[in-house]
Amino acid sequence: MQFFIDNFDTLLSAFLTTLSLSLLAGVMALVLGTVLAAMRVSPIPPLRALATFYVELFRNTPLTVVFFFVIFGLPQIDTVVSFFPGAVIAVGAYTSAFVAEAIRSGINSVNPGQAEASRALGLTFGQSLREIVLPQAFRTVIPPLGSVFIAMVKNTSIAAGFSVTELSSTLPRLVNADAGALLLVLLGVVVGYMIITLPMAFAVNRLERRVAILR
Amino acid sequence: MSAPVLFDLPGPKAKARIRIGTVIGALVVLGLLAIVLLRLNGNGQLNPNRWAILFDPNSGVPQALGQALVRTLQVAIVAMVAATVLGVLLAVGRLSEHRWVRIPVTTLIEFFRAIPLLVVIFALYFVLPAFGADLSAFAALALGLTLYNMAVLAEIFRAGILSVDKGQREAALALGMRKTQVMVLVLLPQATRRMLPVLIAQIVVLLKDTSLGFIIGYFELLRQARSLVEFLNFNFGNIYTLQIYVGAGLMYILINVLISQIAKFVEKRTRSNATTAAVGAIDLPNAPVTTGLNSGL
Amino acid sequence: MRLTRYAAAAAALGVVLAGCSSEAGNQNEDAADATVEVEQNVDFEAGTTMAALADAGTITIGTKYDQPGFGLLNPNGTPEGFDVEIGKLIAAQLGIAPEDIEFVETVSANRESFIQNGQVDIVVATYTINDARKELVDFAGPYYEAGQDIMVAAGNPLGIEGPDDLAGNNVCSVEGSTPAENIRTNYPEAQLTLFDVYSKCADALTNGQVDAVTTDNVILTGLVAGNPDGFELVGNPFTEEPYGIGLMLGDTEFRNFINDTLEASFEDGSWAAAWDSTAGQITGEDAPEPPSIDRY
Repeated sequence: MQFFIDNFDTLLSAFLTTLSLSLLAGVMALVLGTVLAAMRVSPIPPLRALATFYVELFRNTPLTVVFFFVIFGLPQIDTVVSFFPGAVIAVGAYTSAFVAEAIRSGINSVNPGQAEASRALGLTFGQSLREIVLPQAFRTVIPPLGSVFIAMVKNTSIAAGFSVTELSSTLPRLVNADAGALLLVLLGVVVGYMIITLPMAFAVNRLERRVAILR
Repeated sequence: MSAPVLFDLPGPKAKARIRIGTVIGALVVLGLLAIVLLRLNGNGQLNPNRWAILFDPNSGVPQALGQALVRTLQVAIVAMVAATVLGVLLAVGRLSEHRWVRIPVTTLIEFFRAIPLLVVIFALYFVLPAFGADLSAFAALALGLTLYNMAVLAEIFRAGILSVDKGQREAALALGMRKTQVMVLVLLPQATRRMLPVLIAQIVVLLKDTSLGFIIGYFELLRQARSLVEFLNFNFGNIYTLQIYVGAGLMYILINVLISQIAKFVEKRTRSNATTAAVGAIDLPNAPVTTGLNSGL
Repeated sequence: MRLTRYAAAAAALGVVLAGCSSEAGNQNEDAADATVEVEQNVDFEAGTTMAALADAGTITIGTKYDQPGFGLLNPNGTPEGFDVEIGKLIAAQLGIAPEDIEFVETVSANRESFIQNGQVDIVVATYTINDARKELVDFAGPYYEAGQDIMVAAGNPLGIEGPDDLAGNNVCSVEGSTPAENIRTNYPEAQLTLFDVYSKCADALTNGQVDAVTTDNVILTGLVAGNPDGFELVGNPFTEEPYGIGLMLGDTEFRNFINDTLEASFEDGSWAAAWDSTAGQITGEDAPEPPSIDRY
């Protein structure tokens, strides 16, 4: 128990690192993912091709490889990043591919009849997107998007292998302690992640129920 | 691409605008590519002799990478088989009518889905020895992958079972089958066939997750790549680093693309099958959950 | 159709590149193998570790896989270096040929637990002898005396001459190593970045993500050798790090045997030969004076 108290500071700062890593990467993923989704449905072929390439690349590559390239590969093209920003970029870029897919499937799930009807009513492209398509797409998109972000929070643990002192890295660091203390630390780490993921899951569930389309 | 939802089919003015946009877009993409290639060349990274090491058997690199790939596949297959078996059991358990079965199983599933896979692996590799049980890196990785994926697969199987038409279960019970027989002979086969694409997509996720083994020293593909880089750096200077990492990355991508293609093929085959075509898209119960589109995370 | 096109392109590329040979491959073809003389008639007292190992015909040695000159894994899956050669010398005295040795990677943080759990028979892995560790394992040797030193970027832009200059700067070392503990305890103003292996520290220094790397001078020499234009050694060792061979606590007969073997290798030149063929290649100097064995 004493060991746990002594190391509580470490755990707390590690937890805050995980939290800030998740928030920053999440914002990056959301923004980049929306841009990518827009590129994928645009009528301009090169943009479509680039976005498709990006998404397929990141969906088939492990996050650890992405980390390797960001931290140790980017310097080869003269772009040096330090560890925490590198982790944000790696997790953000990786997650953005999945965000793009979620948003795109949301847009595609909207009944084409809706768009046709709005065009028939004389709404412009911008108006039909804003007033008709996107609000409906948003409803379908919430569960998978929530899933993606919860998985992203768990993926930030990989930064532990790249010298970011986040929550998972406390386990190998405190290894030479006795069994009971280690167990408490493990419990602390698990609770730390749950503090972030469980409210997110709860919020997604509530949001989903509120915007559910009743047929 | 069928008639797009968001805009009319383009008229002449729109087509002209699209053409301009295409040209500009193409220039931007090519420009980015050129910048990256120029910088790489400036650092000498495009020298073919550097890339030759990936194919030169005398250096031992292709063999080492090949063996590491085999080790990656070994741990992936072991974990997949174990996770599938346990996943089916857990799914059935979660659907049990007995509360004393349902509640612990649900807790177990939700627990392993809430924490990162790396924490599970670390717990098995670093914390367990303090209690006397020493696991090798292979065992810790395989067990960690199994525990985590059995929870995910349990949810997938449960969705599949729930999506089978209720009439099937009722008919089976009316014929006098016991509950176990209903599950094993009627529900599970149909559920599995329906969830096959999602299951195969989960294999891709599992393969990607094997790369976490490098953090605990298991000599899978990424760890082997790093070891090769260290050796070659020492003997020849920093000239092979990028090449070997790109090589390892490409191997992952190729294998995953291959498996995804298999998944698409299987999906087409099952869709053309009349019995499964009758049912619409399947909604997995309860967020957070991996649906077909973001499995791969 | 598309698939076959891609496959053809890939195959063509592979054939072309296979025609090219890499520098690494060419050098490997020329490399010769150092040989160790294996003792043929071994006879040990029954019940000793030596007898058990000699009968089994194999020994499990823990070593580093990422330390140039001491323990570095080659693409064929076996480690090379001074520690490995010392291990081979000891195995030879047990009648075990180098091919029959099973090498296992032991990182700084798990050396003691691997010995205690019997996962390895001995550990030869730049293992510094200190009193804290003596409570968990026994040490034979030392077989080399290193010292903690600091590695900086070429040209030493921050003018770091010693550990006191590390204050306020970012210094990198490895989790669980004596140098890291030393900095943490005695030089707390230095900002310590910890990785699990030294190569990551070297990469971080190249990228400017840390200002210095600290560990034993021989390990640093190996890292400098991998990037002579980018790194330099400060060259003022400020501690004494005697490298020993770790073995199970309390196994005095085995410890005496290893100590005898080491002393014999100091005398008959095999220790110096091992140094010349491995770490000596980096330092470019002749083998130093062998240390005096500490039989405690």
